[in-house]
Amino acid sequence: MADLVKKATRESYGEALAELGDKYENLYVLDADLAGATKTGIFKKKFPDRHIDCGIAEANMMGVAAGLAATGKIPFASSFAMFAAGRAFEIVRNSIGYPHLNVKIGATHAGISVGEDGASHQCNEDIALMRTIPGMTVINPSDDVEAKAAVEAAILHDGPVYIRFGRLAVPVIHDKETYKFEIGKGEVLADGSDVTIIATGLMVYEAVKAAEQLKNDGISARVINIHTIKPLDKELVVKAAKETGLIVTAEEHSVIGGLGSAVCDAVCGEAPVKVVKIGVQDVFGHSGPAADLLKEFGLCSENIVATVKKAVADK
Amino acid sequence: MDELLKKQLQITACKVRIGIIEGVYSAKCGHPGGSLSIADTLTYLYFAKMHVYPDDPKLPDRDRFVLSKGHTAPALYSVLAHRGFFPVEELKTLRHIDSRLQGHPDMKHIPGVDMSTGSLGQGISAACGMALSAKLTGDTYKVYAILGDGEIEEGEVWEAAMFAAHNKLDNLLAVVDNNNLQIDGKISDVCSPYPIDEKFKAFGWHVITMDAHDFDSIEKAFNEAETVVNQPCVIIQKSVKGKGVSYMENQVSWHGAAPNTEQYEQAMSELKAQLAELEKA
Repeated sequence: MADLVKKATRESYGEALAELGDKYENLYVLDADLAGATKTGIFKKKFPDRHIDCGIAEANMMGVAAGLAATGKIPFASSFAMFAAGRAFEIVRNSIGYPHLNVKIGATHAGISVGEDGASHQCNEDIALMRTIPGMTVINPSDDVEAKAAVEAAILHDGPVYIRFGRLAVPVIHDKETYKFEIGKGEVLADGSDVTIIATGLMVYEAVKAAEQLKNDGISARVINIHTIKPLDKELVVKAAKETGLIVTAEEHSVIGGLGSAVCDAVCGEAPVKVVKIGVQDVFGHSGPAADLLKEFGLCSENIVATVKKAVADK
Repeated sequence: MDELLKKQLQITACKVRIGIIEGVYSAKCGHPGGSLSIADTLTYLYFAKMHVYPDDPKLPDRDRFVLSKGHTAPALYSVLAHRGFFPVEELKTLRHIDSRLQGHPDMKHIPGVDMSTGSLGQGISAACGMALSAKLTGDTYKVYAILGDGEIEEGEVWEAAMFAAHNKLDNLLAVVDNNNLQIDGKISDVCSPYPIDEKFKAFGWHVITMDAHDFDSIEKAFNEAETVVNQPCVIIQKSVKGKGVSYMENQVSWHGAAPNTEQYEQAMSELKAQLAELEKA
């Protein structure tokens, strides 16, 4: 897998919007003075009249998006995850979630891989925040192909959707010609019987790499890509719990409230097995190159391998 | 204003006030003070100004109304009921566990409610979005919003104010209900937003003031607003919190409290006397 092309999912987001703009004339894009960084500038260049820069005012942007949706348009409100999910949480909750308006939130620069900007901009809490809102769909794509597919799926979905994108270029692991994306459906990337690694976002590639290493070391690891954290593919997760008896989750997000928590919620009632959560361990990040930070915080295949080996040994 | 229309509006506004008191009394809680202060303006909007369709509430070309000060839902529900969106009798179910009349406006379930509100500062942003939406696709409907004078202490209001002026939303008309009282006291004592007119002017809005309880003044203000182009318009309405019920007028204690049975009977007696007087003349 060494030769995979790399691309940041924020790029995929901007490109997908621009590609889909012709097909969906009702699509509008909002930004909060970050069009260059969120890559909605790509859409703006092609459709200047359908791009609305709201300035540095995320709360109002979410309300404006609600108003656009209430009058029949499909708005994508874009900002960094920290501000889209964090700063504007209550507007998303009350003006978008409660009336179940058809607003799509494109949140870029999620997670610790924001890098040098440091802890103030490294949002490791957005999945937790968004999944508590009733009726909110939460998607965290793993690569370019999945990110683009998620944008179109969000357009076709009636209701609020939060999509999380990254700043860092990550390997493209899906084939766009064959990949079928469906909201709420997980993807089994490798079969295995000793343990299931359930990953999301940029940790999916790391999980696949880890499973290959583990195979060499005699451990059979199933790998599941969960791009939709809500609604979670409970059936697939429970099946994996029953068949492998051990789960390790991997996410570039706090271990509180994210994928690991969603998996625990799913298995605790129907197939209670041990779940070990790899993620940001209830700490803030700091400045540094993204790749180094990912290693430091254990968001890498090496840590998945080590964690799985220990968990399997303790089984 | 045409005298006959004025009389009809005064009668309707009085009935709307009765509906507010019925609702809040039945709920044993709610916000009568700020509901009564906007009763005349809401009556004017729904009976003399806005294009709405009670039999088909979601028609796309309707004018939109956003109650940004969502806690005064009893006034909105009462005017919607009297306009024919749902039975007036239903007002007595306000806030009940099996009622669709939620404590704050709920667009998902209540006919005629164009936006769910209640968390202060948010409605005006949604109203901006609706007005912008019309501009984007050349729709001709107008968007009206009412904010509280305490509500404008919220920062989001000024984000929205900047946005509306920047986008030249002359199809947006906001009303600030300036009754000078918020929960903790006078707005000038709590955290003064004054001078309200100068603030909106500085943000690029056309500012009009009116007497919220005089239909001549109300009509004049809304007519002036319609002449404004290329900028949003705000009407600062000087109002009396609790207007129409003697013991509630200008009393902050009636911001969020329901009358007991004795107080209810007094309020109803006063309002019914006002109604009888109007209908007699």
